[in-house]
Amino acid sequence: MVKDKEHLKKKASFCIDFAKKLGATDASVTIMHSISETVNFRNKKLDESNRSDSLGISLVTYLDKKKSNITSSNLDEDNIKTLVERCIETTKNTPEDEFNSLPDKNLLARDFKNLDLYDSDHIENDKKIDYLKEAEESAFKNKEIINTETGFSETKSNFVLVNSDGFENGYKSSSFSASCVAVAKSNGSMERDYEFTNTCHKKDMMKASQIGSEAAKKALEKLNPRKIESEKINIIFDKRISKTILGNFARAISSASIARGTSFLKDKINKKIFSDKINIFDKPDIVKGLGSRYFDSEGVKNDPLKLVEQGILKHYLIDTYYGKKLNLQSNGRNGGSSNLFFESGDISFKDLLNLSSKNLYITETIGHGSNLVTGDYSVGANGFIVENGEFKYPVSEITIAGNFKDIFNNMTLADDLEFKYKTNSPTMLIEGMVVAGK
Amino acid sequence: MTNFFIKTDLSRKDAENIVSDTLNNCDDGELFLENSKSESIILDDEKIKSSSYSSDLGYGLRAVTGEVIAYSHSNEISKNSLKQSAKNINSTLKSKKGVYNQEIPKTNEKFYKDVNPIEKKTLDSKLELLKEINNYTRSKGTIVKQVTASLTGEHKSIEIIRCGGEVLTDIRPLVRFNVSVVLEKNGKKETGVFGIGGRQSYDEYLKNNNWKTVCDEAFRIASTNLDSKPAPAGEMQVVLGPGWPAILIHEAIGHGLEGDFNRKKTSAFHNLMGQKVASEGVTIIDDGTLHNRRGSLTIDDEGTPTEKTVLIENGILKNFMQDRLNARLMNTKSTGSGRRESYKHIVLPRMRNTMMLNGKYHQEEMIKSVTKGIFAVSFGGGQVDITSGKFVFNCTEAYEIINGKIGSPIKGATLIGDGPSILKEVSLVGNNMMLDPGIGTCGKAGQGVPVGVAQPSILINKMTVGGTQL
Repeated sequence: MVKDKEHLKKKASFCIDFAKKLGATDASVTIMHSISETVNFRNKKLDESNRSDSLGISLVTYLDKKKSNITSSNLDEDNIKTLVERCIETTKNTPEDEFNSLPDKNLLARDFKNLDLYDSDHIENDKKIDYLKEAEESAFKNKEIINTETGFSETKSNFVLVNSDGFENGYKSSSFSASCVAVAKSNGSMERDYEFTNTCHKKDMMKASQIGSEAAKKALEKLNPRKIESEKINIIFDKRISKTILGNFARAISSASIARGTSFLKDKINKKIFSDKINIFDKPDIVKGLGSRYFDSEGVKNDPLKLVEQGILKHYLIDTYYGKKLNLQSNGRNGGSSNLFFESGDISFKDLLNLSSKNLYITETIGHGSNLVTGDYSVGANGFIVENGEFKYPVSEITIAGNFKDIFNNMTLADDLEFKYKTNSPTMLIEGMVVAGK
Repeated sequence: MTNFFIKTDLSRKDAENIVSDTLNNCDDGELFLENSKSESIILDDEKIKSSSYSSDLGYGLRAVTGEVIAYSHSNEISKNSLKQSAKNINSTLKSKKGVYNQEIPKTNEKFYKDVNPIEKKTLDSKLELLKEINNYTRSKGTIVKQVTASLTGEHKSIEIIRCGGEVLTDIRPLVRFNVSVVLEKNGKKETGVFGIGGRQSYDEYLKNNNWKTVCDEAFRIASTNLDSKPAPAGEMQVVLGPGWPAILIHEAIGHGLEGDFNRKKTSAFHNLMGQKVASEGVTIIDDGTLHNRRGSLTIDDEGTPTEKTVLIENGILKNFMQDRLNARLMNTKSTGSGRRESYKHIVLPRMRNTMMLNGKYHQEEMIKSVTKGIFAVSFGGGQVDITSGKFVFNCTEAYEIINGKIGSPIKGATLIGDGPSILKEVSLVGNNMMLDPGIGTCGKAGQGVPVGVAQPSILINKMTVGGTQL
């Protein structure tokens, strides 16, 4: 069982009181506890079972405008005392920074609607094993599948955030996730792909047979890929990838990147940065949402935001420190975006494939080729050539490159948005990107 | 050395008994105890952005039988907690029976000293240094728009208790110093990053104004990129510079030679042992025994002394990197490559310092031989898909080569290639082998561990360069 709120609050209050006693003018502490149980299967046999019990404390102390922090996994009272002493000592010796402070009191979260983020259901390992067996059996139905790896993980967490301005709250959350990786082999070509499900509540998980058969299907489709010529081509990003484009956008509008002047979207507030029809939302209050939260990591209320409206950038993601630096109020985005998504487009997936006679459909990218200072984007990729709306053959060992400014402005979205991740996007067409192959 | 058995109701004897009872009928396993202290001090935007200190203590109890791993970890070192872990493990392995392998090689050699880098240098002198670094770097001109400098230090103490009470210990210091510079000229912004580090105290790396060369290098890379033009797109010849670009070897070849992927037959190399996988003249080793290097370990996280493992010798595949589990199942011995990020993680076979050894050519000869290609000097991150063998990495400093001469710098391009075939495309191996500056962290299955790489300059006949210029 995860430790209850009262237990965590008691420990947290001890830290705050002790820090104040040693002279801290302000302090903020987060204590979290999580228990996670995982079972992994491989080729229809048990591979690993893992139980993880983690307790963590993170304390920030302020001496007026001086600040320092410590983290620890050891909640022994003597240890905490030593650490708080060390933290205060370090704070004394750290230079002042005028923007250091706890969040404004009037911005702290007060009203909470129930987001249903905790499912007390517990699945015994034997039941997890049954699920994984079923997933693997369904993947192995095709003879070209030579290997499978599956895993099932259940996590229960609880945390409290307490600060010296009287904020004192926290909540439990749960996570159920299962995945299946399938390796397909034919004519000397070997490819792998996966499917997974990750939900807050057990009953919302995908069926085991479905993740097994989807993983197998995707791996099989990738077999015997070709390399294509270098050219300028329209690219369609599968939902797995289009969400990463949205994720890069979110990182580029974080108040930290903006205040530091290291974002290609600096000074773009109220300016048009996407195609006309693009709308982007960040909604922390979706019931059972994977990115849902009652407040941000500083305790600040986080209202839903329409970040981009008709292609125009309306908000940055702002925390207390960089907000003060930019002379803007925190909008509760310390810790980044919550449930971030593009509004669905007005064209079907099928029509999107048919928008031009030839497209490169990308299902996988590898590498970390996003430069948020310049907006340059260059990654390795796998996918399919789509001609006249039909998937023709798989391609691999290519790279795609462009700049986010152009990518944002040449974007068309399909109407197939679903909430599978924390950040979600419909299938996305980008006109005219450069692919490097042969 | 940390005494893990004070301030707890768990005595060493209790721990030994629980370990022995739990592991007696298993093939392998241990109790892994860890006490790690770390600090990070970051200067950013002219200010000390953060100064943080972390103290983490916990254990992981692992039992292995056949191919099955049962693991349970907690940061509560107590009798109750360890018994709960033992119970979980027993219930997973209840139907399996193994014979505990007592054998583990011993060593007296140590590849780094027991220093605590965090305590060895005062906070004041660290803060002072960061300020000096900021001033020094910003004094290079008004084009400097942002300077970020960080000092991170770690002191990790581990203890392994095996079935029967055998105890193995290690103390591991680690530091890293990093500078990142953003320059702006004519509306164009570029970044340059450089860092150094290893398993010694900060001053070993920073002394004699050595930190200035780190700032100079970050500034130089950013300046070079300010003058860069878009990278070409397509297949061409690539010359890799010495040192850090060996991350190519790490991604393209290294991961594919880790024992687990080969036992599970998911690596493209699994059936190529003893066969020619690289051009003649290509020899690659993975060495955990280099003194004070970031990737070095006196013993690995199962207690096996590390070694110098020959992976590829003159083009022939000789060995995989093994932990005890994969070694046992593949009828070979551990190469001291069993590593974990912390007590919260299971052991996996991992790289340490992966190095391509010297050949006989000069870098100039390689560049002269290229009609159209690129010269890649430094890289950011890389990644590999083990199964298909495809890998990528991103250039952070590169130049075009036209008719045997180095031309303009080019913008960050991604290079993509095929792991099993890339080494056959290596046509010339240089004589200028260099170690990387001590900055690498390798990620696998969600676990990050410090690693090193090294190589001389090499000429690759063809690779795909992912630029925007057709």
